[in-house]
Amino acid sequence: MGFLDFATTKVEAAANWARKYSLFQYPFVTACCGMEFMSVAAPKYDIARFGAEFPRFSPRQADLLIIVGTITERQGPALRRIYEQMCEPKWVVAFGVCASTGGFYQNYSTMPGADQAIPVDVYIPGCPPRPEQVLDGLILLQERIQRGEGHNQIVIANEQAALAAKKKGIAYDVPAAAIRPRVEASKG
Amino acid sequence: MSTTDEIAETRRQIVLGFQDAEDLGAPDLPTEPVPLNMGPSHPAMHGTVRMVLEVEGERISSADIQIGYLHRCFEKESENATWTQIFPYTDRLNYISPMLNNVGYAMAVEQLLDIDKKIPERAQFIRVIVGEVSRISDHLTCLGASAMELGAFTVFLYALKAREWLFELLEEVCGARLTSTYCRIGGVAYDLPEGFDAKLRDILARTRVVLDDIGKLLERNRIFRDRMDGIGIITQADALAYGITGPVGRSTGLAYDVRKDHPYLVYDRFDFDVPVGSVGDNFDRYAVRVEEIQQSMRILDQALATIPAGPVMLPDPRVSLPPKSETYNSIEAMIAHFKLIMDGIHVPPGEVYSFTEAGNGELGFYIVSDGTGRPWKCRVRPPCFPATAVLGKVLPGLFIADVVPTFGMINMIGGECDR
Amino acid sequence: MAQIVLDRLAGQFRGGEILETGSQHGNEWARVRRDAWIAVATFLRDDPATKMEMFIDLTCVDRFSTEPRFDVVLHIYSVSLKHRVRLYGGCPENDPTIDSLCGVWEGANWFEREAYDLYGVRFKGHPDLRRILMYPEFVGHPLRKDYPKEKRQPLVRRSQTEQGE
Repeated sequence: MGFLDFATTKVEAAANWARKYSLFQYPFVTACCGMEFMSVAAPKYDIARFGAEFPRFSPRQADLLIIVGTITERQGPALRRIYEQMCEPKWVVAFGVCASTGGFYQNYSTMPGADQAIPVDVYIPGCPPRPEQVLDGLILLQERIQRGEGHNQIVIANEQAALAAKKKGIAYDVPAAAIRPRVEASKG
Repeated sequence: MSTTDEIAETRRQIVLGFQDAEDLGAPDLPTEPVPLNMGPSHPAMHGTVRMVLEVEGERISSADIQIGYLHRCFEKESENATWTQIFPYTDRLNYISPMLNNVGYAMAVEQLLDIDKKIPERAQFIRVIVGEVSRISDHLTCLGASAMELGAFTVFLYALKAREWLFELLEEVCGARLTSTYCRIGGVAYDLPEGFDAKLRDILARTRVVLDDIGKLLERNRIFRDRMDGIGIITQADALAYGITGPVGRSTGLAYDVRKDHPYLVYDRFDFDVPVGSVGDNFDRYAVRVEEIQQSMRILDQALATIPAGPVMLPDPRVSLPPKSETYNSIEAMIAHFKLIMDGIHVPPGEVYSFTEAGNGELGFYIVSDGTGRPWKCRVRPPCFPATAVLGKVLPGLFIADVVPTFGMINMIGGECDR
Repeated sequence: MAQIVLDRLAGQFRGGEILETGSQHGNEWARVRRDAWIAVATFLRDDPATKMEMFIDLTCVDRFSTEPRFDVVLHIYSVSLKHRVRLYGGCPENDPTIDSLCGVWEGANWFEREAYDLYGVRFKGHPDLRRILMYPEFVGHPLRKDYPKEKRQPLVRRSQTEQGE
């Protein structure tokens, strides 16, 4: 049992190491932050040296959704659909204050942060953030991926633990922090 | 032979190379229109727009352009902000040339205050200089991004390399690479830093080399020319009926440039040409933009040579903040500072429409003031709004693949089109 | 500068269609009676002394406490003669409609859709009057002075999803 745990943990660590250094990004570019995103991808602040080189313009082929720029209420369903189309494990980065909290836009059309629609792992503030800030945020995300603490990774881990417990016949109580109760909202 | 057999035989002949497909005329194949959705998130990094196309085969039969995915309520926010607080919102309109928007808005409010002729000369020169730097940055981004969408990734990297130098220069001037908020009502916020002149001249020399490289990669490139020549033609009549100005309007042959026809700031002192296209296709728009970068560099050379010394802000206590040394030391200055920040500048009641040449064309600010420190209405007349509208007329008849360069060369910026 | 435009308008329309004219901060303007909107626009486009071929802008101002409440504002320009004019067409609150200028300048199409979307002014004869900046499910006209700035009408929120996120 102990050895199996050790092997699984090592395999998981190796898998996370591979995942963090080969992120396939889906840049969901909407606004001004897109210009700084281009600068991050440009030769001077090269994001390719972190492994996150080429943008995959299809959610099916991407595992990192970078929300670049303001999300409006009109854009919400499109963002939700793209997130749901991505394969697991997946991570989300909110690039810029508009994607993090709505920025200085507080009005009838701006969604106050992309996390109103989808769970976000790393928030990068700035209007627009300097490319160095973006790279700092990327490194933060990579550390999270290595520890297995991305939102989606926690959900997967809990699902697997629940399945394993079911096989053994033990009751497994999903920690409340991982999966939020939705039953009340759907009945309302 | 039945029709199906004839078609099969025709295809076999074409595949085997015995006959040219065009010689035989189009076979009578049944088609049906298919709705195709492009957007609102798609790889062409031009802000967000959704195009609902109806295609028959590869040809578009109708196009419905749906914008509004970046509507950030510039007008409503302006009605709740003081006149100076609106500058950051104007930055985020055409966000690849923010200085031009700042200048346009500042000029509109100054016209309402009747101080537009009294702006210090150095401030006017600085506005022209940073405006033209922004324009170069705008055109470089447009060319780079559009070329990348056609597959020319190297051109994108070259253009961004040049843009990076301009961003660093703007950062030295105002502290921010992109969203500068540099102009103020009555002048500009800070003076140019030391060494700006030499640095800008150096950057212009290097940018000319970059432009040369880009030209060598693209202008005689068979693939680029095939995808751009004769595609997406906008007629001069359409440009007039829709109100399309700027590089897109000039590519149709319409020789209208606000800097030449209604000179503002100190543009009448500079010698520059306005490139005008003839056909109105994508390549014309590309060529007009490249030539405009060259002309902007010409203006910059002349401006740097003739910029006078002096103050950069009109010392009118109604609009400009008192110097910090006085604010901290005298009660009158502190109260003046307080009133200007909290109440805002008191602009007399009235309405004005002020227009300047932004990166995409005539950027108009229609401002209605009711005499308080906040506008009653602050409308932006976006230059790329009609250019995007005309796409609904230009796209039908083109291939799906033609949408990419056509949309790229229109340079629709979501922040400006949707506000 | 554009006084010629106002003079030609005064000369052509003598039946009270031009309610008021003026010149402020270098902009010439004329207030037009609602039913003469298309006639005045067509005249300005075609008359050889004014020749305003280029459509610039169409928007609306919510005056809120004065009547007519909605002022439809049109800016047009002449590229050949280099003059421009602003026209106001007032619409009262209980009947916010005015004729559409799509037949005079094609470009008015999207601008009128925007004025309808944000202010609720209906344009008679518009080929496709629907919302352009706001989504179809939005209720109300947000740029009116009585619409609160922060009143959101969200389409999607995390609490509504089925997955455990």
